Amino acid sequence: MYDFAYHKPTSIADAVKLLSADPDARPISGGQTLLPALKHRLNKPSALIDLSGIAELRGIRREGDKLVIGALAKHEEVANSAEVKAAIPALATLAGTIGDTQVRNRGTIGGSVSNNDPAADYPAAVLALDATIVTDKRRIAADDFFQGMFTTALEPGELLVAVEFPIPEKAGYAKMRNPASRYVMAGAFVAKTKSGVRVAINGAGPGVFRQAEMEKALAASWSPDAVAGIKQDPEGLNGDIHGSAEYRAHLVTVMAKRAVAAAG
Amino acid sequence: MNVVTPFEGIGASVKRKEDLRFLSGRGQYTDDINRPGQAYAYILRSPHAHAKITSIDTAAAAAMPGVLAVFTGADTAALGSIPCGWQIHNKDGSPMAEPRHPMLAEGKVRHVGDQVAVVIAESRAQAKDAAEAIAVEYEVLPAAATMEAAQAPGAPQVHEGVAGNICYDWHIGDKAVNDAAFAAAAKVVTFETTNNRLVPNAMEPRAAIGEYDATTGDYTLYTTSQNPHVIRLLMGAFVLQIPESKLRVVAPDVGGGFGSKIYHYAEEAIVTWAAGKLGRPVKWTAERTESFMSDAHGRDHVTKCSLALDANGKFLGLRVHTQANMGAYLSTFAPCVPTYLYATLLAGVYTTPTIYCEVKAVFTNTVPVDAYRGAGRPEATYLLERLVDIAAAETGIDRIEIRRRNFIPNDAFPYQTPVALQYDSGDYTATLDAALKAADWAGFEGRRAEAAKRGKLRGIGCSTYLEACGIAPSAVVGSLGARAGLYEVGTIRVHPTGSVTVLTGAHSHGQGHETTFAQLVADRLGVSVAQVDVVHGDTAKVPFGMGTYGSRSLAVGGSAMVKAMDKIVAKGKKIAAHLMEASVEDIEFERGTFRVAGTDRTKSLAEISLAAYVPHNYPIEELEPGLEETAFYDPKNFTYPGGCHIAEVEIDPDTGHVQVVNFTAVDDVGRVINPMIVEGQVQGGVAQGIGQALLENCVYDASGQLLSGSMADYCLPRAEDLPAVGVATHTTLCTHNPLGVKGCGEVGAIGSPPAVMNAVVDALKSYGVRHIEMPATPPKIWGIIHAARPAMAAE
Repeated sequence: MYDFAYHKPTSIADAVKLLSADPDARPISGGQTLLPALKHRLNKPSALIDLSGIAELRGIRREGDKLVIGALAKHEEVANSAEVKAAIPALATLAGTIGDTQVRNRGTIGGSVSNNDPAADYPAAVLALDATIVTDKRRIAADDFFQGMFTTALEPGELLVAVEFPIPEKAGYAKMRNPASRYVMAGAFVAKTKSGVRVAINGAGPGVFRQAEMEKALAASWSPDAVAGIKQDPEGLNGDIHGSAEYRAHLVTVMAKRAVAAAG
Repeated sequence: MNVVTPFEGIGASVKRKEDLRFLSGRGQYTDDINRPGQAYAYILRSPHAHAKITSIDTAAAAAMPGVLAVFTGADTAALGSIPCGWQIHNKDGSPMAEPRHPMLAEGKVRHVGDQVAVVIAESRAQAKDAAEAIAVEYEVLPAAATMEAAQAPGAPQVHEGVAGNICYDWHIGDKAVNDAAFAAAAKVVTFETTNNRLVPNAMEPRAAIGEYDATTGDYTLYTTSQNPHVIRLLMGAFVLQIPESKLRVVAPDVGGGFGSKIYHYAEEAIVTWAAGKLGRPVKWTAERTESFMSDAHGRDHVTKCSLALDANGKFLGLRVHTQANMGAYLSTFAPCVPTYLYATLLAGVYTTPTIYCEVKAVFTNTVPVDAYRGAGRPEATYLLERLVDIAAAETGIDRIEIRRRNFIPNDAFPYQTPVALQYDSGDYTATLDAALKAADWAGFEGRRAEAAKRGKLRGIGCSTYLEACGIAPSAVVGSLGARAGLYEVGTIRVHPTGSVTVLTGAHSHGQGHETTFAQLVADRLGVSVAQVDVVHGDTAKVPFGMGTYGSRSLAVGGSAMVKAMDKIVAKGKKIAAHLMEASVEDIEFERGTFRVAGTDRTKSLAEISLAAYVPHNYPIEELEPGLEETAFYDPKNFTYPGGCHIAEVEIDPDTGHVQVVNFTAVDDVGRVINPMIVEGQVQGGVAQGIGQALLENCVYDASGQLLSGSMADYCLPRAEDLPAVGVATHTTLCTHNPLGVKGCGEVGAIGSPPAVMNAVVDALKSYGVRHIEMPATPPKIWGIIHAARPAMAAE
């Protein structure tokens, strides 16, 4: 990797100040995406702002009918959290299937959500559960937050502080992993929420997206069979040496069906 | 007196002596070694598959902080070519095309990863920073990324003067006899297949440290090698012109090789040569990305074959036409892999009376291809065992029955095949029967029905395989084009008080030699395993050696030790006769004790050894003092391990995912020294075989870019991809080596791919599937199911 300056602020305010002062500085939490990019010299930040010393970014707590997860919560913490398991078991299950043990003990929800890798797990949960992204400046609805491959509504220097998940009536997640990288080839997170049924598809396309036809079908009848006949249009989906867009489109239906079955 | 316990000798599952340091992180691998004053090399590699280098400007790089030197092909052009160790001849008797393989590119790059320049700096980071400052101008040329592209009219020329990019066009067998067999056949079954290209991926990336002592002129190379003496010979004699006496090659702990660390690589010559130029040690360690684009790859055959059968399903003849990808340059053993390690195996375990095989080796703009665990034998076995299953399906004969009808019977040994090899022993019916029983083949239909209730497609498949290993008789391989002998060397040094050091030319990089060889010596000399130390991997310590590959270490290296121990015992008997005032003919030796036959007069090995080193009462006029013997053992034949592998798979029809749910291996590896180590070797080989069958695939695009150039795109098997592998052995002894051993390192990787693929095809038989190419990935399987029954896409 190239040389960079290293800062370890202890407050959100200090972190934001450092990030705002230097447009080439990058925040780092678990580093599970950024560190490999640095090692491959694909990224050349002037400074890394290590968020791990900021206590305000930590913690998982229930607030009424919401679950609030601090940006620094590691995947392993979410997977094993009694609060998460009780409130949104599908979210705990999802976190427990991210990467491998090493990744889950370093990677954080804030890092994953703000990176918005199309093949990451969390964005599907955030979108399907109609979560709210809390930053140091504002609150952003999930529908407005994810803006395509590795792109979000975060402004330069803006820091993701927490994710607020409304507790759904039911939720389920299923995915097919890329056999080599074990990132998501195609996944579906389905949720019956106060704002209606929501279905988010990850892995298959250039960014996480909602599947309106499946949402409609599940709103009418919450059952695996309701989505079994709905075909995802392969147009615009990803195709590579691991599978064509048509294969991924097929998997979307299979995973949606399985996610509904998992939700019960 | 030391008495070996029955739990330590041949046949005991002694825990591995080397594991204490390996499992506690105290192994000493090449990159763990740091020499005083050491500098670091970073190699700038080609981003293009095929390009002319129009200019290289290294001035800016040379001026960067910490940079000691920058070298390009212009600096090394006067040095030798990276040599090839095996010469194949064309059908017309002319030698193969053998273009120069430079240490650093000379005006042209021929594959992504080809080495263009080397920067040597005070730190690795500085070397890497400076490499980015080297300005290389390329004129990108069209690439011959596949064998098909390389042979098309007007194809890009990988090497000047190599017509049609053909390295050789070779054949074996009597074509006229073969044609006649096909003309008389009741049935001919034909089949085409690609044996997928693999990237070996040893856990430890390659590394090398070159060192030069200007006061003595001595060079030392520390390297991740499976055969340090061979590297000394190849690099010293052919590339750098350093005499053996001035070049020491050390291959310390090595973390896996699977063949990829047999070869002499440019980086070894670069660091050794640069150390001489700079007068400082120079270290290079591959990053994983470099491993993908610079370690020799494996397999990559395209084959058409036909099997002629009579009306009863007896095989009458086999005809094979194979194209083998050599990559951009000839790696050390590359030419022999698709010829003498492949075509000679096409008889398998069957009595096929005539076999004709043609092999065309093709240069392409890809990483060189060479031996990878099994090397030619997995390709032959896959072909044959798929072909036999297809023949069974198309003749309506049960796939087990058709094998039985064609097995070489037990009374036919020694059995001469039509493709040069003479098998010494085997019992193919016994290994098949044992495997069928262990896998409960008879109960499979019940399991298939139960899986169907769960929505899964279950299939079972077997392969009855054979391989040739324990390479090799030197005169035989010499006549076939090998440029080296393939004997092995062992020294047994009995110390004054009876402990033993073994020096072996074999090299352990995961095989557990320090344990197996110690057991062998313990068993023979009657000392404990703890008293035996095995030294390997250093040309300054071990007299000579040919290294470890082709499952040869025990069959050839172990036999050399036996021969050396025979000399120890013979000398010991003379000393014992002197000490006990008896005739040499009356001295017996058993398990550490010399005895005057028929008496209770004995001397222990330690007493004899002490007398040999402190020769106060010693036949000094007739015998030299000391008790150390060296033997060179040249095998009389190859060894022929074989057996039966059975795989059972379940396919998820919704996703196309294949899971191997059961795997049974019954192997005849000859006499087993350490069953635990054999089990581990078989399991590791099976893991790699399942990897080839279901997961691993090295993919280049049409421009020669390596698409599967990292672990994110090249799929190695993980624990969850593998079943518990049931391993059993059924022994017939090798008849021509003193241990009766055959070798076990490659059987897993050879026997398993066709067993898995036969099971996959069986699982999909209701879809009318005849054949599926490896790897059987989920989209491939889904495509078959989807094409057959589009309506079920989302059922």
